[in-house]
Amino acid sequence: MEKSTYYNPADLAKFGNVADWQPEMGRKFFDYYGEVFKDGALSEREKALIALAVAHAVQCPYCIDAYTVDSLQKGADEAQMMEAVHVAVAIKGGAALVHSVQMMNKAKELSM
Amino acid sequence: MKSLHAQHHALADTSYQLTVLSEAEAAGARLPAFAHKLHESGLLPLRPTELAVMQVNVGKMCNQTCRHCHVDAGPDRTEIMTRATMQLCLDALAQTTIPVVDLTGGAPEMNPDFRWFVEQISALGRQTIVRCNLTIIVANPKYHDLPEFFAQHGVRVVSSLPHFSAARTDAQRGEGVFGRSIRALRMLNAVGYGVEGSGLLLDLVYNPSGAFLPGRQVGLEREFKQRLLREHEVVFNSLLAITNLPISRFMEYLLESGNYESYMQKLVAAYNPVAAANVMCRSTLSIGWDGQLYDCDFNQQLALNVAKNAPQHIRFFDATALQDRAIVINQHCYGCTAGAGSSCGGATA
Ligand code: SF4
Ligand code: SF4
Repeated sequence: MEKSTYYNPADLAKFGNVADWQPEMGRKFFDYYGEVFKDGALSEREKALIALAVAHAVQCPYCIDAYTVDSLQKGADEAQMMEAVHVAVAIKGGAALVHSVQMMNKAKELSM
Repeated sequence: MKSLHAQHHALADTSYQLTVLSEAEAAGARLPAFAHKLHESGLLPLRPTELAVMQVNVGKMCNQTCRHCHVDAGPDRTEIMTRATMQLCLDALAQTTIPVVDLTGGAPEMNPDFRWFVEQISALGRQTIVRCNLTIIVANPKYHDLPEFFAQHGVRVVSSLPHFSAARTDAQRGEGVFGRSIRALRMLNAVGYGVEGSGLLLDLVYNPSGAFLPGRQVGLEREFKQRLLREHEVVFNSLLAITNLPISRFMEYLLESGNYESYMQKLVAAYNPVAAANVMCRSTLSIGWDGQLYDCDFNQQLALNVAKNAPQHIRFFDATALQDRAIVINQHCYGCTAGAGSSCGGATA
């Protein structure tokens, strides 16, 4: 029997099945998805690294798995992959931290 | 690092490798037989097309011991082609119009008759490809003039460089290999190799440093060109993206790292019928160091000789009889048909 957890690595390969219950939207999504990751103004490697960074920001284990493989396949190395993750970390951390300006404003407003 | 052969490793026995390959097939219905896939694609039995390349493995000796090597080559391997066997290859070549002779190994340049062989191939008016591991050029002063020698005979140089970063290259090919490869590439560039308009072709081979498939060849080529030029002032012509086949030392790596089954599944899932129609064995004859005949260098390393109805040794070369053979296939063949396909000339689909 398959191990029962919220995230099962084997489920990643079943991603395409989401189209079973809504084929039209599913097809449109996957067509769009495929188009997005094609070589364009950004290279396939750059897009894979952006996807890897976003995967960490949204903390999706499936995407982290998929875009680690994809980044390696597209020729990225460990240093590039870790730097991409730090970009996500900086933005996530920065987004939290920048709200502290609001905290400071409010605190000043209420203080003597 | 020692070869599997020198370690007396179980996988040094090719029949054991074939057992592993067939067990994976039995382990789950998810890994269908390669023959079954070919049948579905209308390609069984797999037949030769026109013979375009004579690939000669002139010996297993090598100055490197790369982790993924499908030949299990290394400094401790002594199997080497004699001049007499080379002569038999030349005799066969002279009977045909095969335009290209592809020299591989090991490090083919370590064969003491290597230069003689190249000269004879040139004299027959055929193109030589040398699968040069780069570091051999700087390994010993006696090899420093190889770039000039190659240029003199219009040899096309095809060299492995698995990554433009030192860490990923060294992880696969050994400590310091990247730096020495760059030195050798500069020496090749200096005599005109890879330089536009020189007519001297220098191609690089990319293969993944791990249990994943190569990305698209064009995209990787662009990345390699930019990085090697910017960081090392190195130029080259084309990048050939090659998939690692699950045999020999790469099989050992897959088994050791627990990646074997998932890698096989990846290969099977990526089966591409267009790549299957273009597999290189259809247009190649592979010759072993001792003169035995094979459908490709991978089959050679698995000791899978050409089908019994064909001549087994280059001494008995017979183009018509070879043309009538069925190519010997096995589960490792999935490595040639995954994604954009893979061959000694890179992607095939
Ligand atoms: S992959 Fe090439 S360079 Fe590396 S050990 Fe094998 S034959 Fe030698
Ligand atoms: S491994 Fe050899 S025989 Fe099998 S498909 Fe590839 S080239 Fe052909």
